[in-house]
Amino acid sequence: MQMDMMFTGFGGQGILMMGKIIALAALKEGKEVAWVPSYGPEMRGGTAYCTVVIGDEPIGSPIIQNPMNLVAMNQPSMEKFSQLVKPGGMILKNSSLVPVSSHRTDLTEYEIAANEIANDLGTVKVTNVVALGAFIECSGIFSLDLIRDILNQELSKKPALLDINLQAIERGKSACVSI
Amino acid sequence: MAKVLMKGNEAIGEAAIRAGCLNYFGYPITPQSEIAEYLSRRMPEVNGMFLQAESEVAASYMIFGASAAGERVFTTSSSPGISLMSEAISYCAAAQCPAVFVNIMRGGPGLGGILPSQGDYFQATKGGGHGDYHLLVMAPNSVQEAVEMVMKAFPLAEKYRNPVIILGDGLIGQMMEPVEFPDHLVSTPSDKSSWATSGMATRKSTQRNLVRSLFLVGNSLEDNNRCLKAKYDQMKKEEIQCADYNIDTDYEALIVSYGTMSRVCRTAIDILKKEGIEVGMIRPQTLFPYPDAIVQKAAWKPSCRVVTSMELSMGQMVEDVERVVQGRRPVTWFGIAGGIVPAPEEIVDEMKRVLHAHQS
Repeated sequence: MQMDMMFTGFGGQGILMMGKIIALAALKEGKEVAWVPSYGPEMRGGTAYCTVVIGDEPIGSPIIQNPMNLVAMNQPSMEKFSQLVKPGGMILKNSSLVPVSSHRTDLTEYEIAANEIANDLGTVKVTNVVALGAFIECSGIFSLDLIRDILNQELSKKPALLDINLQAIERGKSACVSI
Repeated sequence: MAKVLMKGNEAIGEAAIRAGCLNYFGYPITPQSEIAEYLSRRMPEVNGMFLQAESEVAASYMIFGASAAGERVFTTSSSPGISLMSEAISYCAAAQCPAVFVNIMRGGPGLGGILPSQGDYFQATKGGGHGDYHLLVMAPNSVQEAVEMVMKAFPLAEKYRNPVIILGDGLIGQMMEPVEFPDHLVSTPSDKSSWATSGMATRKSTQRNLVRSLFLVGNSLEDNNRCLKAKYDQMKKEEIQCADYNIDTDYEALIVSYGTMSRVCRTAIDILKKEGIEVGMIRPQTLFPYPDAIVQKAAWKPSCRVVTSMELSMGQMVEDVERVVQGRRPVTWFGIAGGIVPAPEEIVDEMKRVLHAHQS
């Protein structure tokens, strides 16, 4: 079985990190995984996205044009990528910045008010981790414990940030709603 | 050792250090600048040399100089930068100085773009610099393979006293995949005292070691070129590396593809198989020496009606495929060279079109 997903937003939102945490979790589970960033003449505030492909067999093409799962962290990403999601797929949108829906009836759509929750926790910097919590809830991809382990591992040198990130992942997981 | 998740570029830098190379001279260029960035931090940790030169030309002559002095040395660049280094690469080949070059290819010609491409196949395998020389060329299709090829490149460069080049592309450089650095590929630099400019070969020598690429006297240039030719012939016997996919079937068509493009082809072959169409693939891992006999044997299989070279270029490797197939099967080419990596479905459609055009 192979599973693919695309994380999208603008530069500075921690989009690439969301994909990296999922990729690290896949590695810890012993899966094959490929993480591919969008790269080009980008700048802060420009578009950013990454794709992650996870499988039990070696990953063939790591380039995904039509993902099964999309996380849209801002409005332009929603407009650009929601029509590319495969029928039967899933979209998670950051309702803080994405007021519209995909207008698609052939997939399931979820939302999370990631910016509001992150601000409530004290810093907008954990918006991506809130959304990641929502993503593991609606995709069922990995357990909360596994993602906690990865955050512990990645933030071992920045203990001051660990607690708020752990709160963010839990708040995101419980606040994710189907629309 | 447990696998770690690393970007291709960073893994390449780490692989060189693990392989015992402690000298890096380079100049940044997208999409491989992370190699230099990584090594600028890592080299001091292992008491190695990291130097950002003032240009690719300078960096490549530092490589030549350090190699002539007997050091294990490497540099990395991307297509336009490799063009600038090509003069020094020719000098290294002529003077029989081992060195490792990594080309994380971007679209060209000219400044081109910064996205993945395989447009430097001719440059790496047929020329680049001037004169009668070849590089040993390896092309990885994953981060893990890039690591292993870098680690193998240093002993190979020393075995042949010839430059080795790793031909990656923007995707290999930018992608993160799980990697490990195999202990069995760790090597120590060979003894170069018989030729390197570190003094005389032995205490009793009457002449100092001299590294040169200028041969004016008598038959010395002819002799040097004969010596180089013998090494390239030996590479053809001993260094060919090749992988295959779905080759045990009675495939109707054969794909020949390397690097990133071969991964897209692998997915396309899986899709075709589900539809009842068998397509095999040969994936050269060394582009020079080219796996002539392996491609030929696979192409001439009775079930195979047509051979297609799939490339991120406007048709370069296809010339080698045509050469080895020798007209016994139709050879076609499919490629994209604008920095776009095609979807597997595009390969599927092309193979259906090709098979339809070449009915049994």
